[in-house]
Amino acid sequence: MADGDSLSIRHGRLIDPANGIDGLLDLHIADGRILAVGAAPPGFTPDQVLEARGQVVCPGFVDLCARLREPGSEQTATIASETRAAAASGVTALCCPPDTQPLIDTPAVAQLIRQTAQRHGLARVLPAAALTQGLAGTQISEMAALKRAGCPVMSHADRPVVNTLVLRRALEYAATFDLTVFLHPEDPYLRAGGCVHEGRISTRLGLPGIPEAAETVAVARDLALAEQTGARVHFRGLSTARATEMLREAQERGIAATADVSAAQLVLTEDDVGRFDSNCHLIPPLRTARDRAALRAAVANGVIGAICSDHQPHEADAKLAPFPATAPGISALETLLPLALRLVDEDVAALPVVIARLTEGPAQILGKPLLGRLDEGHSADICVFDPEACWTLDPTRLVSRGRNTPFAGQVLKGQVTWTLLAGRVVYSRPLDNP
Amino acid sequence: MAAPPMTRPDLQRDAQGRLKHFLTIDGLGGEILTEILDRAEGFAGVARQAVKKVPLCRGKIIANLFFENSTRTRTTFELAAKRLSADVLNLNISTSSTAKGETLLDTLRNLEAMHVDMFVVRHGDSGAAHFFAEHAAPHVSVVNAGDGRHSHPTQGMLDMFTIRRHKGDFGALTVAIVGDILHSRVARSQILALTALGAGEVRVIGPRTLIPTRVEELGVRVFHSLREGVRDADVVIMLRLQRERMDGALLPSEREYFQLYGLTERLLETAKPDAIVLHPGPINRGVEMDSQVADGPRSVILEQVSNGIAVRMAVMSLCLGTQSQRAQGDEDG
Repeated sequence: MADGDSLSIRHGRLIDPANGIDGLLDLHIADGRILAVGAAPPGFTPDQVLEARGQVVCPGFVDLCARLREPGSEQTATIASETRAAAASGVTALCCPPDTQPLIDTPAVAQLIRQTAQRHGLARVLPAAALTQGLAGTQISEMAALKRAGCPVMSHADRPVVNTLVLRRALEYAATFDLTVFLHPEDPYLRAGGCVHEGRISTRLGLPGIPEAAETVAVARDLALAEQTGARVHFRGLSTARATEMLREAQERGIAATADVSAAQLVLTEDDVGRFDSNCHLIPPLRTARDRAALRAAVANGVIGAICSDHQPHEADAKLAPFPATAPGISALETLLPLALRLVDEDVAALPVVIARLTEGPAQILGKPLLGRLDEGHSADICVFDPEACWTLDPTRLVSRGRNTPFAGQVLKGQVTWTLLAGRVVYSRPLDNP
Repeated sequence: MAAPPMTRPDLQRDAQGRLKHFLTIDGLGGEILTEILDRAEGFAGVARQAVKKVPLCRGKIIANLFFENSTRTRTTFELAAKRLSADVLNLNISTSSTAKGETLLDTLRNLEAMHVDMFVVRHGDSGAAHFFAEHAAPHVSVVNAGDGRHSHPTQGMLDMFTIRRHKGDFGALTVAIVGDILHSRVARSQILALTALGAGEVRVIGPRTLIPTRVEELGVRVFHSLREGVRDADVVIMLRLQRERMDGALLPSEREYFQLYGLTERLLETAKPDAIVLHPGPINRGVEMDSQVADGPRSVILEQVSNGIAVRMAVMSLCLGTQSQRAQGDEDG
């Protein structure tokens, strides 16, 4: 279907948190843009009609962290394979961290990634640029040039900026160009080679632990610098209750700080590591049930503005080793929606709130206010999903090349039916996958 | 939500609930531990026979796969295997020369292709023995000879064997474990074995830097004073202190460590008069304990070494015995 075709999505429950809409409303699309919400304009006859009775129609999801593995690890996954997985997950825009090979610390690499993604046309890819050259934490990068090359934010991937002075300068320089800085809140000295939460599991299994303070010390430092510099700081992937409290206090004092949480952190705890399940090897680590409850509450009340996938596809070999030697991370795009919907099922947050954390919230954090909402005249990036559909996760049937997931064999609730990017259907649930 | 850990199938046992692998004391229960101790008791006499061999594992191939250096543990495993009439392969593989991950599996597959029946594995990463057991062919058994900080179950059991020989019933015993609990796989195995066997009180003693968080949940009492910790103890277990602990700001010096946590005859006076002293070896004299204690009448340290052979014979023959039954469906003792 070409961009010029017109389309109506009928009889769905339209939820557009940015515009405060939640109701049974049709959506009409022409020329890749939203033509009308509700009644069709007089004389409008769509080329195609999507019947969405019993389904939710909402903005396409905006994912603040998904690794595509290209360039550098194309044997693991590619921009084509992972944007296809994004489309199958209802994600229409995603931000990839700069730790590719080569790194996203020059405009050329950023442009290469964007152009490759545009060629495949399955999802918008917004590369986060390296905050420091080579992510080495010593020399700040050419942020103005990287912004011009299409990088909406600066990031230090999963590497802490150890030198506090470098971080101060980097934040100030980024603020000059109105760029938000994504930080991985971790004190590397306190992490000290740890691979699970320091708690009962690390003690029982003899695995090196990561204390809560590894996160809170970093959050405290970075909040102080955000206050000093006036820069916008975004904590990529909080894991502790205490850090959410610190963030709430900072936000109340007017500090420009935001945060996201990976969907898996809202569902799993340290206990899921069980007997060395390397699919539960995450950084930051899975923590306690108390931490999980606080993260959920922070998502509900908006202190945490976005739920992201933190998608990290791996080859099988990366998980085939003793636990501490395995690569951390989950192939998480395709479980993003069902895990987020747990919050609705378990009465933590209403459906429009959860959708806001998947759409409007992350779009605001990225400084892309046109994404994640369904205004007339905006690009028609849309997800249609069945909130009641149950499916069993079979890793071999994942669209992503990464099969690494702790949810294999589990029944998940919530399934994407259609994904539209600029009015074009880029994913349609296969009939044999009810 | 991911499957809760306790409902995962028990990797260590076969479908009949018999011991297939010996990876950790965790989850085994007192009954099976007592069976190991009883069986080891039967093997303890073998060393005094003119022919120090029994034919229980004749025709079996046991590979000692050591990714970390060890003399004592590897030697006693080798002796135990030979006394069971098994053929033994010794492979010392330094982790620095092998990439992790696929190479470990390749090593396993290659040895399986040589029809090895049992792997005795020592590795620097916690969970390595579980990893081998999860990926081994169904007919192969894995015995953990020490994985990272996690578990060293045959050491734990030889300590239980030594304690039982001297003290009998565990129920009345107060056992003090002294030193670097945080990094010690030996301590974890001892704690789990003692609690499974119903020891009266298990104490861990050390500075806060060497006591793991929430260790009380394993069923122990925490002491920071050696004098208080060994008071009225029936058994005092001293752990080896690795020299590198001085580098990571965990301890100020060997001198202060010995002053605070080194075991001396004078301190032992507060323990029960018939208290015994264990140490997994090798001892740092003047760090963990002074020579008077190490060589004194309460020390059972050399007995531990001999007992290690009997206990390892028991574990290996148990695992290989159930293996034959699984393969042939008959009883072969």
